[in-house]
Amino acid sequence: MRALRNIFAATLFLVGAAVLSLASAARAEDGAGRTPAPHPPRAQGEHCVADTAFMRRNHMLMMFDHRKEAVHQGVRTPQFSLAGCVSCHAVKGEDGKPVSFASEKHFCRSCHSYAAVQIDCFECHASRPEAPKQAVDAGGADIDKLAAYLRETKQ
Amino acid sequence: MSSCSGGCAKTGCAKTGCANTGVDRRGLLRTAGAFAATLLAPGVTLYAFGARDAQARPAGEPASANVRWGMLIDLNKCKPGCNACVTACNEENGLKSSGRPEIDAQWIRKVTLRNAATGVIQEAPVMCQHCENPPCVDVCPTGASFKRADGIVLVDKHICIGCRYCMMACPFKARSFVHEEHDDQKVNAPRGKGTVEGCTLCVDRIDAGRKPACVEACAREGGAMIFGDLNDPESEISKKLRQLPTTKLRADLAVAPAVTYANL
Repeated sequence: MRALRNIFAATLFLVGAAVLSLASAARAEDGAGRTPAPHPPRAQGEHCVADTAFMRRNHMLMMFDHRKEAVHQGVRTPQFSLAGCVSCHAVKGEDGKPVSFASEKHFCRSCHSYAAVQIDCFECHASRPEAPKQAVDAGGADIDKLAAYLRETKQ
Repeated sequence: MSSCSGGCAKTGCAKTGCANTGVDRRGLLRTAGAFAATLLAPGVTLYAFGARDAQARPAGEPASANVRWGMLIDLNKCKPGCNACVTACNEENGLKSSGRPEIDAQWIRKVTLRNAATGVIQEAPVMCQHCENPPCVDVCPTGASFKRADGIVLVDKHICIGCRYCMMACPFKARSFVHEEHDDQKVNAPRGKGTVEGCTLCVDRIDAGRKPACVEACAREGGAMIFGDLNDPESEISKKLRQLPTTKLRADLAVAPAVTYANL
């Protein structure tokens, strides 16, 4: 009889625990619970190179494979390049420019800080896309220089 | 020309034979000038759209050993005091001065050479020579220093431990060590503290079918640098190599550099 009561108590406890964990999981999804959950910002474009669940689990393996091919064999498939990731997942800061890995808003940091997984990618790689505006500026300067040069040579 | 007989009617080769048959000297010179221009035009076309001088591989295709990239630097055309190649390299690869020149990376540098016997002074740009038998690859303990199939010698910074053995082994002092942290790298040129780096021959440009930044900059300043495929006998560089007197730096070491100097 006592054994039966113990089993009943244990079952009750397990069911309770399951309900509790479900509730907390739901709260984590909302991000409103006691446990802060990562909220990676949405990227540009319609979809990633693979579906989200696959990317969450395997992005590091994909980059690992791609880096070997890109560096050693020169296979630069734009689909899997880190520059491509950084470009699509750029997050704009308050000044309207994409933030670097130093900012907590950075796409990669939003999860990696949460999971306490340190990444070394951005010690070497650029963590934000190259600003296209710079090229326009340089072009303008070049045109000014060319105009000045033409004026000089005319005289 | 109409007075010419036989095979001289169409080709320019027999025009001298026509000169004594009534064609005046001025007309002949004009024809000769036009002929030279037509000779030059295919050369220019070849330079711009040449078969193997700069051809993009399809994105999924690895670098091929059928190609061997190389460079020819004609020192007669290399202007003293001109630094265009160095500036272009620094700009392309995001190499900025740290304020301490002794630790700044140099992927390419201008070297002044003085013949002690005659006093003749020349300037030469010196960068990684992309050797056939690279000593830096021989000594690398991790395999980070490697030669790509198309002959470009690179550092895989993912596996470089920064031991700097390659810097010791290189006879051309072509490699630099990154001493300080950076956070403003160029997308095309990742570089970070604790790794060794050097001229990549602008490998990302080559993979996209473009020429290295230094060669492009030099073309605007006098065109001392020619870049192309050494394995293709019809490439501009191969043709020039057959015409000019050339030297390899430290030929005694038999490392077979891909960079050749003309008129050194």
